[in-house]
Amino acid sequence: MPVLQADGRKIWQRRERGKQLAIWGGWLIATAIFVYCWQLISEKTTWFFVLDAHVQAADLAERMVPPKFSYMEQLWQPLWDTINIATLGTLLALVLAVPVAFCAARNTTPSRAFVRPVALFIIVSSRSINSLIWALMLVAIVGPGVFAGVIAIGLRSIGFCAKLLYEAIEEIDETQVEAVTATGASGPQVLSYGIVPQIMPAFAGISVFRWDINIRESTVLGLVGAGGIGLQLNASILSLAWTEVSLILIVIICTVILSEWVSAKVRHAII
Amino acid sequence: MAEISLPSRRWKKPPFIKSARLRWALGIGAAVYLALAFGTMEVNWGRVAEGLPRGINFVAAFFPPDFVTRWDEIADGIYESLWMTVTSTVVGIALSIPIGLGAARNLAPRPVYLFCRGILAVSRSFQEIILAIFFVKLFGFGPFAGFVTLSVATIGFYGKLLAEDIEDMDPGQAEAVRATGASWFQWLNYAVQPQVMPRMIGLGLYRFDINFRESAVVGIVGGGGIGATLNTAFDRYEFESAAAILLIIIAIVMAVEYTSGYVRKWVQ
Repeated sequence: MPVLQADGRKIWQRRERGKQLAIWGGWLIATAIFVYCWQLISEKTTWFFVLDAHVQAADLAERMVPPKFSYMEQLWQPLWDTINIATLGTLLALVLAVPVAFCAARNTTPSRAFVRPVALFIIVSSRSINSLIWALMLVAIVGPGVFAGVIAIGLRSIGFCAKLLYEAIEEIDETQVEAVTATGASGPQVLSYGIVPQIMPAFAGISVFRWDINIRESTVLGLVGAGGIGLQLNASILSLAWTEVSLILIVIICTVILSEWVSAKVRHAII
Repeated sequence: MAEISLPSRRWKKPPFIKSARLRWALGIGAAVYLALAFGTMEVNWGRVAEGLPRGINFVAAFFPPDFVTRWDEIADGIYESLWMTVTSTVVGIALSIPIGLGAARNLAPRPVYLFCRGILAVSRSFQEIILAIFFVKLFGFGPFAGFVTLSVATIGFYGKLLAEDIEDMDPGQAEAVRATGASWFQWLNYAVQPQVMPRMIGLGLYRFDINFRESAVVGIVGGGGIGATLNTAFDRYEFESAAAILLIIIAIVMAVEYTSGYVRKWVQ
C-alpha cells in the first residue's frame, strides 16, 4: 500500500504510480480496440434501417397482441417433442460423456500422451459447434424430425458435460482412492468405490444443469427441421401469423422458467 | 458351548439417494417417462438406414478442408465475427452492470429487484437465434443485428451471474465500509466491487468465448459474421470450405479458451 509524501503530509493511495499507469494504459488499449471494432461494424450497417427500428418494433408489437390462445391446442405435441429432445439428448450426451471425461482427466486417463489430447479435442469440437449447426448436418443425414434433434443436442452437450465432469474427477480426494486401492481392490472396483461416489453429486448437478440449457436450445432446432416447437415458430413467422408467434414465445418463456426452477430445486437438494 | 449364530451382516454401499421412497418414485417416474418419450418419438428407421451411407459421403465431402478457394470470404466472415464479439461483449457487460445491481436482492428495493429480474428472465429465456430473427427484422441484415442479439444475450447471462455473486458476498465488509460514512457509490466501489471483481473478469472472458461461438450461428438467420459465410458454404454444397470454417472456429475457440484460462489464473 503506497504512501506518498507531499508537503510533509502522508497521502494514502490505492496503487503505486507505475501500476496506476499500466492500468490506465490497459484501459486505453481496450477502448481503442472497441472503438475500432465499432467503426468497422458501423461501416457495414445501413443506418437508415436501424433508425426506423422503433417504427418497425411498434408495428410488430401491434400485430402480435393479442396472442392467439386458441392455437395452444396445436402446440402441446411440439412442446412435448421439445422436452423429449432436451431430455433424451441429455441422456445420450451423459452416456457418451462419461468415458470421454475419464479419458480426459489427468488422474484416470489411460495415456496422457495419446488418449488425453484426443479426448480434449472431442470436448472442444463438440463445444464449439453450435447445436443448430449439428442439427443442420444431422437433418441431412438422418432426415428431418425429432430423432435428428435428439442426436444434435446429444453431440453438442458431450463437450459441456465431459468438461465439467473431468474437472470434477481431477478434483477428487486422492487419499480415498489410495485407501480403496490398499484393500487390494481391482481397477473397476477402485473406480466404483473410490472415484464414482465422490463425483456422483457433481454428475447429477451437471446433468440437470445441462438439461435446463438443452430445453432452451431445443426450442430453436425446429428452424432447420429437427423437430420441436421451433418448427411451429418457423411456420408461423413465415406465414406472418404474428399472433401465433407471440403465443409460442409466451409458451417458450414459461417452459424455460419452469425448467430453470426445477433444475435450481434439484441442484439445491443435491448440494 | 452353545453355538452363537451371528446374524450375517454384509456391508452395502450406501445409496446415492437416501430416502428409499424418493428413490423408487424417481426410478418409476423415469421409467414411465422414458417409455412415453420413446413411444411418441417417430423414428423413420428406413430413412436413417438410407441416410447413413449418405452421411458417410456427406462427411467424406468435408475432406480435405479447403482453406484456399474461399479464403477472402472466410477471412471477412471471421473478422466480422470478431468485431461483433468484441463490441457485443463490451456493450453487453456495460449494460448488465446496472441491471445486475438492480437484480441483487440485498442491494435493490423490491420493485426495482422484480423489474430487473424480469428483464434478465426474458433475455435469458430466448435462444440467441430467436432474438436474432427479431433483431434482423428490426435492424435489417448485417452485423448490427448480430451485435444487438449478442449484447442482449450477454445481459441475460452476465447480469444474472453478477446479481447472484453480489447476493453471496460477505455482508461484513459492506457494513464496515458503510460505517465509515461512505456514500452509495463509494460503498459500491470499495465494498462490493472488490468482492465480485475477480470472478466477474473470469466470467467476462468466458462470455467472450460464448459470444464468438454464437456469432457463428446468428449469421444463419441473417445476423452477419462467419455464420453467414458458413451458411452460404452449406447452401452451395461447398463442404470443403464449410469444413475449413468449422476448423477455424474450433481453433479460435480453443485459443480464446486457453488465453482466458491463463488470464483467469493470473487475476485470481
